[in-house]
Amino acid sequence: MTTKAALPKKKHINPMDRQGPGDKVISVITYIVYAFFAFVCAYPFYYIIINSISANNLSERGRVLFYPMEIHFKNYERMANIPGLLDAAKISLMRTVIGTILTVMIAAFLGYMFTRDTMWKRKLWFRFVAVTMYFNAGIIPWVLCMRNLGLNNNFWGYIFPMVVQPFYIILCKTYCESVPKELQEAAEIDGAGTLRVFWQIMLPVIKPILATIAIFAAVNQWNSFQDNLLLMTNRPDLNTLQYVLYQYITQANSLKALLSNTTNSSAIIAGLQTAATATSIRMSVTVVVVLPVMLIYPFFQRYFTKGIMIGAVKG
Amino acid sequence: MSKKTRSYVEFLYILPLLILVALISYYPLYGWVYAFHDYMPPKPISSETYVGLKWFEYIVSNPTRLADVGRVLVNTFAMSGISLAFSWFPMIFAVFLNEIKCRPYKKFVQTVTTLPNFISWVLVFSVAFNVLSSTGAVNTILVDLGLIDKPISFLSSKDHVWFRMWLWLTWKNAGWAAIMYLAAISAIDEQMIEAAKVDGATRMQIIWRITIPCLLPTYFVIVMLNLANFLSNGMEQYFVFMNNFNKKSIEVLDLYVYNIATTGRGNYPLSTAISMLKSIVSVALLFITNTVSRLVRGEGFV
Repeated sequence: MTTKAALPKKKHINPMDRQGPGDKVISVITYIVYAFFAFVCAYPFYYIIINSISANNLSERGRVLFYPMEIHFKNYERMANIPGLLDAAKISLMRTVIGTILTVMIAAFLGYMFTRDTMWKRKLWFRFVAVTMYFNAGIIPWVLCMRNLGLNNNFWGYIFPMVVQPFYIILCKTYCESVPKELQEAAEIDGAGTLRVFWQIMLPVIKPILATIAIFAAVNQWNSFQDNLLLMTNRPDLNTLQYVLYQYITQANSLKALLSNTTNSSAIIAGLQTAATATSIRMSVTVVVVLPVMLIYPFFQRYFTKGIMIGAVKG
Repeated sequence: MSKKTRSYVEFLYILPLLILVALISYYPLYGWVYAFHDYMPPKPISSETYVGLKWFEYIVSNPTRLADVGRVLVNTFAMSGISLAFSWFPMIFAVFLNEIKCRPYKKFVQTVTTLPNFISWVLVFSVAFNVLSSTGAVNTILVDLGLIDKPISFLSSKDHVWFRMWLWLTWKNAGWAAIMYLAAISAIDEQMIEAAKVDGATRMQIIWRITIPCLLPTYFVIVMLNLANFLSNGMEQYFVFMNNFNKKSIEVLDLYVYNIATTGRGNYPLSTAISMLKSIVSVALLFITNTVSRLVRGEGFV
């Protein structure tokens, strides 16, 4: 750069890296403040994890603060005995798998179909779907109508209301539009029909965007709580992990009942350190519910970031 | 297959999905009719249960109900207002995060602060409960340090509920919201910053005169979206944090309509009537903010 030569030569510092005294202060403050933010976000998770594997008589009195004490895994071994927990895990897993597959397939298919200008009234149908992003009737009218459709107290109530996501469809449509038209045309000249072009040509090509959508859809399904609360009022066997965890936290009674069940059996013999307490159940169930998200998150972070970027471009 | 037939066949392929959209997203609008009936499940509505605008009149004519709605509106406005007033926080968070030159540290902070965005409100509540309960980390440390004599019951206190709800919202969302600004920062023309540095600008001057002005268009969109969603705080956060002590100041509109319908005998028509008014105002807000955005930026966000 030409300007560099014009600068005084007393120190060999690139002007781009020059720092004034004020800049140093800012640096130090920034590092400290962000350490605080990181701590505030990370410590609660760490705290819950170390408590779930520490001696229960210590965790109950809040003595486990910085590192695990008298490590044991009884809280996790006992989980199978907590009534309802295993079923809830199954439901959560099922809705996540089924819901994600359907959401992704529908987004891909509709996204592709809405690029087909041969379709009758294509633009109208696209708007018909896209505009649903911008209004909603409100939860109670929604619940009443879902009841009329028989989606309450029914596993499919977790799936059908969530599978058509206009935003994902728009993402897929935009992506399909960026794929060269010749690819489709070549296949069609060879005699492939609309569905075959979708399945054999487009689907493999749009995989990157589908991966992003799949991650978001899966996290949404796993975290979903409201549909459980609103629709599954008479079917405790359909409760998800999120709902069960909520019950454990807020309904001390159900927790106490659990405790008397488990302490009656082996826990008393096992000794105080490992006997189940309200705190130990709460902590260990929390870990089980949060762990899947925490485990996939670091690996898929770039997908998440990509997701918000595509959204931002649109916004 | 003729061209015409093919265009209908393609429509038939998507027809089942269009019907699904109609049932899931449009049919609930029909659910608004419940606001005009004396509906008591399981008895279905009929011409006999039709009561016209009775429930709408009830909202304004019944003094306790009116006071309730007023209180809920104040809560809604307060929570949304605080969010709006601090909506610059993720932007500033991103600006100074970008000032960290040590890449692993920056990456670490970013990863850790975005994680809470991906857990549910139930889990946030669980985290809050575990950390803030009477035997939780915060109380234990405060007591050990001798700062307080006995544990504070944070979650069942009714003080500063609005502000505390904002804190949790920020804890969950700020890191994630910052990503968008970080991307906008990386899109800023390097030459502009280099030129400023050559002219002797300090880091604060660069932030104030270059980085932040470059982020304002993004920030403007966020503010407009905030305004469009002013009445829609969602119910989940407030539902999980609600208890008998803080109920009066935590009930926002979305939670209120749920509570009306589920507590006691459950007043579905009244709840539907309020939902309906809320939805109409929300759509109007969306139109207004979108128009403002179109006038200011030349493009809307819808």
